[in-house]
Amino acid sequence: MAKKPTKEQMLEFYRQMVLIREFETVCDDLYSQKRITGVYMHLYSGHEASGVGALGAIEPSDHVMTAYRDHGIALARDIDANLLMAEMMGRVDGVGGGKGGSMHLASIDHNFWGGYAIVGGHLPLSAGIAFAQQYNETGAVTLSFIGDGATNNGYFHESLNMSAVWKLPIVWIIENNFVGMGTRIEDSSGQPELHKRAIAYGMKDGGRVDGQNVVEVYQSVKSAVDYAREGNGPVLIEVLTYRYKGHGVSDRSYDQRFADELKEYQENRDPITLARRYITENYKNVESQLDTFDEEAQKTVAEAVEFAENSPEPGYDELIRNVYVE
Amino acid sequence: MASKNLPMREALRQALMEEMRRDERVFVMGQEVGQWQGTHRVTAGFLDEFGKKRVKDTPISEMAIGGLAVGAAMAGLRPVAEFMTINFAFLALDAIVNHAAKIHYMFDGMFKVPLVFRAASGWGNQATATHSHTPEPIFAHFPGLYVACPATPADAKGMLKTAIRDENPILFTESIALYPKPGPVPEDDDFTLPIGKAEVKREGKHVTLITYARGLEWSLAAAKELAKDGVECEVVDMRWLRPLDMDTVYESFKKTNRAVVVEESLPMYSFGSEIAARLQEDMFDYMDAPIQRVTSMDVPLPYARKIELMALPDKDKVVEAVKRIV
Ligand SMILES: Cc1ncc(C[n+]2csc(CCOP(=O)(O)OP(=O)(O)O)c2C)c(N)n1
Repeated sequence: MAKKPTKEQMLEFYRQMVLIREFETVCDDLYSQKRITGVYMHLYSGHEASGVGALGAIEPSDHVMTAYRDHGIALARDIDANLLMAEMMGRVDGVGGGKGGSMHLASIDHNFWGGYAIVGGHLPLSAGIAFAQQYNETGAVTLSFIGDGATNNGYFHESLNMSAVWKLPIVWIIENNFVGMGTRIEDSSGQPELHKRAIAYGMKDGGRVDGQNVVEVYQSVKSAVDYAREGNGPVLIEVLTYRYKGHGVSDRSYDQRFADELKEYQENRDPITLARRYITENYKNVESQLDTFDEEAQKTVAEAVEFAENSPEPGYDELIRNVYVE
Repeated sequence: MASKNLPMREALRQALMEEMRRDERVFVMGQEVGQWQGTHRVTAGFLDEFGKKRVKDTPISEMAIGGLAVGAAMAGLRPVAEFMTINFAFLALDAIVNHAAKIHYMFDGMFKVPLVFRAASGWGNQATATHSHTPEPIFAHFPGLYVACPATPADAKGMLKTAIRDENPILFTESIALYPKPGPVPEDDDFTLPIGKAEVKREGKHVTLITYARGLEWSLAAAKELAKDGVECEVVDMRWLRPLDMDTVYESFKKTNRAVVVEESLPMYSFGSEIAARLQEDMFDYMDAPIQRVTSMDVPLPYARKIELMALPDKDKVVEAVKRIV
């Protein structure tokens, strides 16, 4: 098992987690005020330790891909909140010029290859990114995030199997939040312990990890990344986490359906509360530093909203550009 | 330019081989491309020359073949991914149309997807309903993708080399019936043909036959026969379904004022529909007769030889169509 994170790393994890929580909370508000529009917006609140712990275990030269629940991953990759918020609002200064929106955040400068909206569709893409690293002998590892629901379509099977046959340097991370849209894991997967799928592909089983605990996520993913980087092939990790909000902004039944469970997670298993406790128990005189992060998060997101709202909407030129590479 | 008489499969093989020698980033992947030497022997000898790193035998995993090629292309490689036949590319439709064709636009130019999907198409040798499709127009429906459909060995070589060098995702279809047909092929290593350029394969003044791929053979045979009766057909080989070179069509139509569209594919929402629509929109003043269409019949292709041939286009059907309007 990899070493525990250092104090500096823990503080950075905390900073990123509160930034993500604030960003998502504000996005939720902006959506109800119709300042963010559209039908799709999938929030990462509750998942923070998963993305932050995992991305904390890789280098800037490594690669990341995920599905549409991508705001938190993008922030954990340290992409400018201004540009992300502008994309959320469909503005020209957004990371994708306003043409991708909430589900398609990306930044090539951060080796963050994007959020993708077809369930499972990005899995072979991630395998392709990993293949290019193997081909060019870059030594870089690719992290690919997978929803629990996405483990049930053909993309999952084909991509994981091929990554194992070709020994690709990739770590597959299932973020199991127990529900895909509204279907519980027991109702969608014959084997609800999803990490066990690794056995079917002869792939290293990275085990089941407490995804509310950023320390544990970091350590597990770090071990897996080291293993993949050494040329041993892919690893599959299952991170157990919990979604605080409905599937997307159109999901209105979630809070009621799972009220008790949700309450339990928010009161006793909240990733940010747990991280704060860990930090204050292990290091001295850190309270004020943590409070500063809380305040900075609010400031950063408020500025991002202002930046985004001042950015123009794309026009005809943007509409027709980049259909093809000219 | 010096040239040699070669079957289309050999012209394709040369093109691919030359491009792999020229550019280290080019690799081939697909079912049976390596040890088996290629289902259609287009990659015969490749494993010996280029080794396992660049000649990737894949599992029977069309979704992952499609998607992995997309990811590898995004990350800087030049995949040439083969679908054993285009019928199986239906399993990868999502990777092709939702990923390959969209990613450059959706992220507003951040990523490029320079890849070639090769797929053997059509046939008419009792391969039956599921194994006889010529669905090129389905793929040509989507902006973001180019679709190449060569009809001669020389075009096959020049177009494939261009496709591999281009920065865009390209579906490159190869008529199975044309693989063994010979024709003169330039020997120059840098023989390429421009994207989206049609070619007049026979000049004439009475009627324009507009076609691609296997339709060229039927059209040229019909033109030869009709010439005996003094009807001179101009035959335009589109070569690419996207981009679609309507200028060449219009130029010919202004001269002949009559057109027959000839294709192996199905009649509804087809190549023929598109050409006819464009001609009536843009060339109405030049039109002396209704546009005729020769296509496969609107049925799944049956096994029994007699009715299979009945359902497919041929020279006689082209002759009949021309006679209806001259
Ligand atoms: C191929 C495909 N089928 C269905 C959908 C509709 N859909 C969007 S998200 C989703 C649930 C996915 O759940 P999961 O993979 O667990 O991810 P989570 O939302 O929990 O992060 C479904 C069914 C889709 N986008 N793509």
